[in-house]
Amino acid sequence: MATTEKFVGTSVPRKEDASLITGQGNFVDNLTLPGTLHMAVVRSPFAHARIVKVDVSKALEMPGVVGAWSGADLAGEWAGPLPMVWPITEDIKTSDHWPLTKDKARFQGDGVAVVVAESRGRADDAAEVVDVEYEQLDPVLDIEEGIKDGSPLVHDELGTNAVVHWSHGGGGDQGVFDSAPVQLRLRFEAPRITPSPIEPRGALASVVPAMGEFTLWTSTQIPHIARVTLSGTTGIPEHKLRIVAPDVGGAFGAKLNVYAEEALCLALARRTGRAVKWIEDRSENYAVTVHGRGVIHDVEVAATEEGKILGFRVKELCDMGAYFQLLTPGIPELGGWVYMGPYDTEGYWYEFTGVMTNMAPTDAVRGAGRPEATYVVERAVDTVARHVGKDPAEIRRISFAPSHAEAKPSLMGLQIDSADYLPAFERALELADYEQYRKEQAARRDSGEVKQIGVGLSSYIEMSGLAPSNILGALRYAAGGWEAAQVRCQPSGKVTLTIGTSPHGQGHDTTWSQIAADELGVHPDDVEVLHGDTSIAPLGMDTYGSRSISIGGAALHVALQKIKDKARTLAAHELEVAEDDLEFRDGAFRVQGAPEKVRTIPELAVSAWTAHDLPEGYEPDLTAVATWDPKNFTWPFGTHVCVAEVDTETGFAQLLRYVAVDDCGVVINPMIVDGQVHGGIAHGIAEALYEEVIYDEAGNLVSGTLTQYLVPSAAELPSFELDRTETPSPTNPLGVKGIGEAGTIAAPPAVINAIVDAVSHLGVTEIGKPATPERVWKAIRDARGGGA
Amino acid sequence: MSVTVNGVAREADVEPRTLLVYFLRETLGLTGTNVGCDTTSCGSCTVLLDGESVKSCNLLAVQVDGREVTTIEGLATDGQMHPIQEAFHRNHGLQCGYCTPGMIMAAASYLRENPDPTDEQVRESLEGNLCRCTGYHNIVKSILDAAGQMSGAKA
Repeated sequence: MATTEKFVGTSVPRKEDASLITGQGNFVDNLTLPGTLHMAVVRSPFAHARIVKVDVSKALEMPGVVGAWSGADLAGEWAGPLPMVWPITEDIKTSDHWPLTKDKARFQGDGVAVVVAESRGRADDAAEVVDVEYEQLDPVLDIEEGIKDGSPLVHDELGTNAVVHWSHGGGGDQGVFDSAPVQLRLRFEAPRITPSPIEPRGALASVVPAMGEFTLWTSTQIPHIARVTLSGTTGIPEHKLRIVAPDVGGAFGAKLNVYAEEALCLALARRTGRAVKWIEDRSENYAVTVHGRGVIHDVEVAATEEGKILGFRVKELCDMGAYFQLLTPGIPELGGWVYMGPYDTEGYWYEFTGVMTNMAPTDAVRGAGRPEATYVVERAVDTVARHVGKDPAEIRRISFAPSHAEAKPSLMGLQIDSADYLPAFERALELADYEQYRKEQAARRDSGEVKQIGVGLSSYIEMSGLAPSNILGALRYAAGGWEAAQVRCQPSGKVTLTIGTSPHGQGHDTTWSQIAADELGVHPDDVEVLHGDTSIAPLGMDTYGSRSISIGGAALHVALQKIKDKARTLAAHELEVAEDDLEFRDGAFRVQGAPEKVRTIPELAVSAWTAHDLPEGYEPDLTAVATWDPKNFTWPFGTHVCVAEVDTETGFAQLLRYVAVDDCGVVINPMIVDGQVHGGIAHGIAEALYEEVIYDEAGNLVSGTLTQYLVPSAAELPSFELDRTETPSPTNPLGVKGIGEAGTIAAPPAVINAIVDAVSHLGVTEIGKPATPERVWKAIRDARGGGA
Repeated sequence: MSVTVNGVAREADVEPRTLLVYFLRETLGLTGTNVGCDTTSCGSCTVLLDGESVKSCNLLAVQVDGREVTTIEGLATDGQMHPIQEAFHRNHGLQCGYCTPGMIMAAASYLRENPDPTDEQVRESLEGNLCRCTGYHNIVKSILDAAGQMSGAKA
């Protein structure tokens, strides 16, 4: 069973695939329990309205209906409001967010009543006849209007919509913003987007009334965080509440949250003594699952006459939506540490104001704060290049911070773990035939062709691997950022890993198995990986923020070292030598100088399990537990290049090439890493070209289905050309940095820079996201001075 | 109604409003076919009806009376995975796996129609199937690989 084959660094095909390609996936809607009731939520059709009356009596008369309740009816169910765990400033203004609202509906889709019935159809039918009387109020739909005196208030008791203001406090020399030869003031906007996992959310709660025990299967990224916080909301003691994340059909931040429907399923299971299931439909997903972005940046960028970037001073206005969800006020701040990009700047300033609006709550969407920051930095760098008349590649070259292999303080106050920006940059330009496209661009400009070419660069750095617990504490986040892993070597020679990360497509089972296989000298197929169930893996902080490999992987690494230490003691005992006389290789301990005296890990697992002859004080079974709390974030980086062809008559932009050279440190499974980059780039291109959440002037969600919210298909996207550089992180023993968000962070400015570059000779300096043909066409028309 | 699903004759009483996808999932327990939207946009529910891909959220169950339906559960034969399933595994053509049954069924239908497609043709053929994880890069690669394997097997 022991093998000398090594797996780390190789593209081991995924262990996860077999069930998913044969239709045997275990998604939450595939689960049924006897006697399950189905829940439907009655939602406000208005963006902002006082609730005058809720009458559920007609619903209760409908066939198959078991119960129907208003927010006021259920008020006694809650031990606390829904969780918001990141009150980032002392003076943040917060208001309680209940699973059903009682006083006012604050966005279209806000839950005002709930029905449970014997089938989903019956529940939906009954929800339609719940009679709610509303008094409509003027909605807040614009963050700049929302902070003005006299604006309607989303939460009356707070007295303002500007509920949070956070300032980084600045770093370096603020004088540079007044003294630099080049000082540009720019404004960038990022519309709302929605994460759009293909599996909407869903939850199934079961109860054993006599025991007071509850299980919630939920499509979530965060079973552990959900357990402690839902205990707080429902009052179900934490030790009586089990959360299971079964197969989860994508997340992208949508499921990095704790939602009203999860609390409602639990509370109504408690009320009815029966299992309660809720499956979100797509239009609900777009209306009530978190959105992201929705920000306006006012930026001052300082540079030399040569275009060397000297600093960014940034003030951001952020749409928080109608309520604070789990992390809402902290999301902009996650970007608040990278407003220097990979550049060696001299002055740093970032602050933001969060504004409540009568639209769906915002929170993390893949990248969370860092795409917003990177967009500003990289769009501004290109603007500086145009201003000083230099090639945008050239000013990046002269602006990159120097490389370093060990952690080094940055002027924004944190330490960057390791960096080597220029090689990734040069490799990306080489792969993309950058100079060739510049020549072609010049030729097309000269000949005045209708289709013009642009090249967009995006060099990024992300703060990843969330997060060192002490820093989280300093930033007023309510939990730690560590991770936990357990390893058990079974007597049959197999290995069980139990880990606190909770995947939804990232291929953790395969990656963790590769790491364990190499350490223990077994095959990845002999490793079982358990996660996503608080009864099986009670310790953990879940999966988000590209944290799983750099923190969970590191915890696993430490647990594997403990296993080897424990095995070594037993091997020495059995071979009657000192531990120092043993060498470990390929899953076996050998006596130095007498290699025929050997004990393999599986043999030692048997000995530890039978426990017939153990050293004095030795604990039976070959098991080890470890936690890992990182000392620093990880800082992946890279450069993406997009080549776009823009039809100057129609505004249609076609992506001809997309090249990405990322550096995520050491790579465990190149195939999986590439897959993460592909998906991230597609998500970022979608943000740049297609996707936008739109509310009308009354606060009605216009982009409420997949026919209006344009998630691109294969037909809209190019193939991607990838390469990597590998700068190990000194933050963790694996040298890894994480790769889940890089593509989404890098792609939007690469695409928009390419499109602006294609038409900049016509006088276009700015095109907003998403760069639809209409927007591009209008920008060209306006630049040419043509009126409507 | 009576219908042949994955080669097995099935009979059931269904409500007239029952969509094919819920008939498959809830009446027959074939939960491999997923639901991702309510506007026939995402393609997660794609199955084969008499060998051609259809979105099973866009048909009433009664509309398939007397016809033949193949779902993801019926694609492997005699315990041997279909070449498209194998190709998705080999090429990392899936991540979370939610869109995957629909993608594979759409590809199975398309490759029957066009056994030797180009990259661009595969992309066009997938216009009605959305994936959020893979950026489609490895899905397209998987289908081209499967096409090669299948034509090789025939030759």
